Amino acid sequence: MLTQTLEPRTSPAEDAAWAGFRRSLWDREVDVRDFIQQNVDPYYGDDRFLAGPTPRTQAIWAKLEALFVEERAKSVLDISQIPSSITAHDPGYIDRENEIIVGLQTDAPLKRAIMPNGGFRLVLTALQTYGYEPDPAVVETFTKHRKTHNDAVFDAYTSDIRRCRSSHILTGLPDAYGRGRIIGDYRRVTLYGVDRLIARKKEEKAALDDAWSTDEIIRDREELAEQIRALGELKEMAAKYGFDISGPAKSAKEAVQWLYFGYLAGVKEQNGAAMSLGRTSTFLDIYFERDLINGVLTEEQAQEIVDDFVIKLRIVRFLRTPEYDDLFAGDPTWVTESIGGVGDDGRPLVTKSSFRFLQTLYNLGPAPEPNLTIWYSPRLPEPFRRFAAKVAIDTSSLQFESDETMRRAWGDDGAIACCVSPMAMGKQMQFFGARANLAKCLLYAINGGRDEVSGEQIAPAFPAVSGDYLEFDDVLGKYEQMMDWLAGVYVSAMNVIHYMHDKYAYERIEMALHDYAPLRTMAFGIAGLSVVADSLSAMRFAKVKVVRDETGLIVDYETEGEFPTFGNNDNRVDQFASWLVSTFMRKLRKYPTYRNAQHTQSVLTITSNVVYGKATGNTPDGRRKGEPFAPGANPMHGRDSHGIHASAASVAKIPYRDAADGISLTSTLVPSGLGNTEDDRITNLTSILDAFFGSTGYHMNVNVLNRETLLDAMEHPENYPSLTIRVSGYAVNFIRLTRDQQMDVINRTFHGA
Amino acid sequence: MGGTGGAGGALEGKSPYELRLDQSAGLAELDVRQALATGDVGFLHSFTTGSAVDGPGIRLVAWTTSCMFRCRFCHNPDTWTLANGMAVPLDVAVDELRKYAEGLKVMKGGFTLSGGEPLMQTRFAVRLLQAAKALGVHTAIETNGFYSERLSDQELGDIDLVILDMKGFSPSQHKRVTGVEDNSRVLQFGRRLADMKHKMWLRYVLVPGLTDVPEEMARLAEYAASLGIVERVEILPFHQMGRYKWERLGLEYALGETQPPTAIAVAEAVGIFRAAGLEAW
Repeated sequence: MLTQTLEPRTSPAEDAAWAGFRRSLWDREVDVRDFIQQNVDPYYGDDRFLAGPTPRTQAIWAKLEALFVEERAKSVLDISQIPSSITAHDPGYIDRENEIIVGLQTDAPLKRAIMPNGGFRLVLTALQTYGYEPDPAVVETFTKHRKTHNDAVFDAYTSDIRRCRSSHILTGLPDAYGRGRIIGDYRRVTLYGVDRLIARKKEEKAALDDAWSTDEIIRDREELAEQIRALGELKEMAAKYGFDISGPAKSAKEAVQWLYFGYLAGVKEQNGAAMSLGRTSTFLDIYFERDLINGVLTEEQAQEIVDDFVIKLRIVRFLRTPEYDDLFAGDPTWVTESIGGVGDDGRPLVTKSSFRFLQTLYNLGPAPEPNLTIWYSPRLPEPFRRFAAKVAIDTSSLQFESDETMRRAWGDDGAIACCVSPMAMGKQMQFFGARANLAKCLLYAINGGRDEVSGEQIAPAFPAVSGDYLEFDDVLGKYEQMMDWLAGVYVSAMNVIHYMHDKYAYERIEMALHDYAPLRTMAFGIAGLSVVADSLSAMRFAKVKVVRDETGLIVDYETEGEFPTFGNNDNRVDQFASWLVSTFMRKLRKYPTYRNAQHTQSVLTITSNVVYGKATGNTPDGRRKGEPFAPGANPMHGRDSHGIHASAASVAKIPYRDAADGISLTSTLVPSGLGNTEDDRITNLTSILDAFFGSTGYHMNVNVLNRETLLDAMEHPENYPSLTIRVSGYAVNFIRLTRDQQMDVINRTFHGA
Repeated sequence: MGGTGGAGGALEGKSPYELRLDQSAGLAELDVRQALATGDVGFLHSFTTGSAVDGPGIRLVAWTTSCMFRCRFCHNPDTWTLANGMAVPLDVAVDELRKYAEGLKVMKGGFTLSGGEPLMQTRFAVRLLQAAKALGVHTAIETNGFYSERLSDQELGDIDLVILDMKGFSPSQHKRVTGVEDNSRVLQFGRRLADMKHKMWLRYVLVPGLTDVPEEMARLAEYAASLGIVERVEILPFHQMGRYKWERLGLEYALGETQPPTAIAVAEAVGIFRAAGLEAW
């Protein structure tokens, strides 16, 4: 094996495509990171080189904007009832003559495909909601002949899981649609072409011939066979658009096109909860630089290619139900692109293309997708940090995550799936799912496992609180017990879901763009962090009297005295938040996972904090029944009363080792609170980011907005078609939020107001 | 959730925009006198972090209680009375500051002591600012300058930046705005800073119908320019966020109907100071 790996064995076609690139291990092994490290040209300058939109770009975008208006009015523009696959649909175009990068999910822009393998029930509901008569042939196939992930999951759910699901203590289980949060390394298509990738997968499969046929090995062989088949279909799909992608890309334009075909195959095949792109801009920059140096590309053309690519990413659509949108708002696809970061050798991975991707927010206007994510470090070149801060101030469309923390954990070629979930590109995947409502869990502990809203016995009957006051030690003991139980049900549910997802809705093309046997994590989530921390603080530092209804159920609390609240950099309460995260993580780890996945956890809710709050009764911190939780790891609205430095410091204390899937903080700053002049505002935001990410801060969504703007947008949505704001881990189009979600955003703490 | 900053507890206190009353009303008069004489204990209305508008960079700002002026536009009239502040032992305040010291350095910011009038509690102010300095944190004091002679040259020299709030140039205007006629001490303070070549910012609240007097501003600008040390002039547009405090305190509020100045009016005011050769915003 060794000699085979170290001997160059590249073809003449590869040598031609790779002309000018520094060769290293990557030309024999599938190793995109090595290619980047050998060839990246870090950019230390500022944004003055950037080009604006061309008339061509503007014309294409205008065409789509007209379609967006129509789509917003109807919720979905059109639906194709051909069950989607990589090759199911004929080629589609926005404007065939003028598109630079081609490829659509179906045969027309914004026309949504059905992807029944994840769950046919969701497809049926969506079709009925939007006024489409389900195609009888499709109905027959997916009710009689083909079982779906959704059917299978419910075959194997336990009664505990079902109860937790309907009482909303576990919410957002991906049991009705694609799980998502898997990122194919689409760059491999560009760098190697599909044939080399197929050959590689065949080698991996052949290597299993010697392994004994256990459940695991049989599954691996079948999965590899599916991956090889999917790669073949990828070539076929590209061929329909007139491209032969069997070999490596030869130019910047081809590089983007090849990569996009890989991604497009992914979003044709899977309706995943998050279909992230990966870390592509700096990789692509190597191709742009080569063409620029060779004089075959101008800056304007380079930007135009990026703009056209981003246009495609902005129109990725999935068919979902209104309930899903209630949970996550807008029409999220989480096409997350990771930008920036530092290499293991200390060189920044910022390139001119990092700037070009951000520039699309000016050239095309602000938008939630793609979910542009800066891997931030105070070590990034200052002009880039300043430009990113400027873009955040101007568009509220960026999120920032700690390059230092993620690189230490997962290496310097990681990417974010969804909002805050880091993974090594092509070498790691996650089994994602849902959140445990830990505030509700606390109420279950107080009520001996009865639901505080319905009164039903959901958890096994434990002794409830018996006195008139909540005793801190007593409640804490009961809470630990209740979390033990909840963690067990949660792991069990996730095992069922991912077992069935692998079996019935396997991500063939995305996994084809991974190494064999990637590191698998199982990413759990929690909601209600600050509610629990403040509730524990109330019990510890004040007196909390309980109020019972006629059935003895504790339904309300009267708090006597003062207590510190999370978000003020006060260790007396901040320690409860850290304790909660570490304790629940410890409990999750006790239960074995499907495929021996490594347990991880996130503190992230996106916009589902509103729905979790709706389903949760009064809490001992004084939050009223039905009121939203704070999003992610945020302090409760208005209770972080000492400014952003204190608020962020509280959140930064949450230990990453027990929340390795990410800790989300959304901050809203008022423009005038950031300084008097644009230059001051950029300097000051850069400073805030430097300080937060120079410490253990993990993630920060930055909104720079006035509350009045949002109120006006609620009244006059027509004036704000592209008003974009960051919610926990994600950006949304403000006017597409539900009214509850809009009010939740408006009630958040505005720093500097 | 307010509470007092007892020796054992952490320093609490919410947003400056919140009305705060009688936080240390229970304290014996003797204790108060001793606190003022030694600076062992200070009286703070509130504090916040992350401020980008109270000096350079991102800053921690604490507001003291007690003031000798009664500015008609004051947006925190609850800071006028000492007993409305929480009694905070100096070491508790320094402990709180220490939590933020590294971040403040990274953010090229620092600590600003504002008020009320911080020099009503000179000993506490000096000791707290010196402690900040010892932590390597940039310090600023926002003051009306009236009690500035209470600071020795060395104490003054230790403070990195003075933000001087000026209310009027002529005694009559000063009386009209603040209730105090004699502003010679304020003007003298500026000249003292100039002699010391001490860095200074100047702040002026622009209130339609009260302080938007062109000749007043022109004379202030001329004076400020003559000092040769004013790095920046900040025109603060009047706002109504303090109105409810006047009402809740049962005070007669003369500006109930006053609107914030227009953008044009602000630009004109800025223009007056710029015309004198000052950097103004």
